[in-house]
Amino acid sequence: MRIEQHPVLEFRRGKKIKFTFDGKEYEGYEGETIAAALHAAGIRVMRESPVLHRPRGLFCAIGNCSSCLMTVNGEPNVRICVEKLRPGMVVESQKGKGVIYAAGN
Amino acid sequence: MQQEISFVEIAVIGGGPAGLCAALEAANAGARVVLLDRQDRLGGQLIKQTHRFFGSRSHRASERGINIAAELTGQVTSHPLIEALTGATVFGFYEDGVLGVEQEGRVFYLKPSRVIVATGASEKTLAFPNNDLPGIYGAGAVQTLVNVYGILPGKRVLMVGAGNIGVIVTYQLLQAGMEVAAIVEAAPGIGAYWVHAAKVRRAGVPIYTSHTIKRAYGGREVEGAVIWQLDEQGQPVPGTEKDFAVDTICLSVGLSPLVELLAQAGCRLAYVPQLGGHVPLRDANLQTTVPGVYVAGDAAGVEEASAAMMEGALAGLHAACSLGYGRAGYEARRRELQHQLDSLRSGPVGEKIRTGLARVLAG
Repeated sequence: MRIEQHPVLEFRRGKKIKFTFDGKEYEGYEGETIAAALHAAGIRVMRESPVLHRPRGLFCAIGNCSSCLMTVNGEPNVRICVEKLRPGMVVESQKGKGVIYAAGN
Repeated sequence: MQQEISFVEIAVIGGGPAGLCAALEAANAGARVVLLDRQDRLGGQLIKQTHRFFGSRSHRASERGINIAAELTGQVTSHPLIEALTGATVFGFYEDGVLGVEQEGRVFYLKPSRVIVATGASEKTLAFPNNDLPGIYGAGAVQTLVNVYGILPGKRVLMVGAGNIGVIVTYQLLQAGMEVAAIVEAAPGIGAYWVHAAKVRRAGVPIYTSHTIKRAYGGREVEGAVIWQLDEQGQPVPGTEKDFAVDTICLSVGLSPLVELLAQAGCRLAYVPQLGGHVPLRDANLQTTVPGVYVAGDAAGVEEASAAMMEGALAGLHAACSLGYGRAGYEARRRELQHQLDSLRSGPVGEKIRTGLARVLAG
């Protein structure tokens, strides 16, 4: 959920950007991380852990903890807390350790 | 492919308060500085701080962290002797003193004469059942979402930790429009400065001291949490459970200095709980056991941002002086900075820091 009124801060949002998450289209803003755009849309489950298949989400937001890894444009294990949103990105929930999509897979 | 390697005078790793001040102090003395930050913008944790700092004017009293960040960043980016690289991750510190850097997919190497490591700290976590559920965040992560991107991670939050960060972030969440169900603190007392704690108490947020979180619960995301009381030995007291329906849990349970690059460089580290964990041994100029390698800010020990700024300046000053710059004004400036640091660390509040520093300072 986006904050519209804040007593101290002014949020100057940039241009709107379209992206897809698990096949559905969403909008975020230029300058945001993928994690921020997903949270704005109410999405907090980002992946499933490799062994126990538990839902995982954002924890540290500075690229340290490996909790928010997702598959972006076919590349697995992207730290979406520090990866900026770009137009047309294809973001997918990651299952386990992630698989690199390649010819023959 | 050809390896790019550049010789630089001073490399500062980390663009938070310590790194920014280190770069400015060194450049103002005349040295050429490269400042590297893995984030896409400078300022470190300052860009998330909406509260006013306090202390004397030289400690930037009454300034909000966000304004300090803008001011320092402006000075750094306009300084002719500083090259600031953002989105630049230093991934290695090799035996020959070379730094490996990755920036937007490009890999290059720097060989600095002096290195100032100001990599900050990362948030600790806490072990309890279901602590991996989505909706459980470090306090800094919530600050990033709320104060940098203007997004609320949920509607109702339980804060774990009543130190300065936990209480300040609670106030920031209230300002942003979230509901805070309670603050839970394992210690018998509130660690935060009273000026911060009083604000959240006036806002109606209960602070449960001698309590900890027993478990979180929810299907695929947090839906609630149970806390319980701890006895004098820190053991849970069965039967004291309290349930909170919350969709967010915020952990403010301490920071660990990020010392990986210092370890790679071969600096001697010591485990000092008063400073947050493993920290490097250093001298009064913040030079580590590896000549030419300095440490400043939370990587040297977790303190307030004001102390990080002073430490950064002190490290930058000495690094530049050791290269022959700014010698004329060196001693007076060093004494001024040290005096400010000592003042920040004085009194009962600074006792823990002074105890920790006594263990890592070499003559």
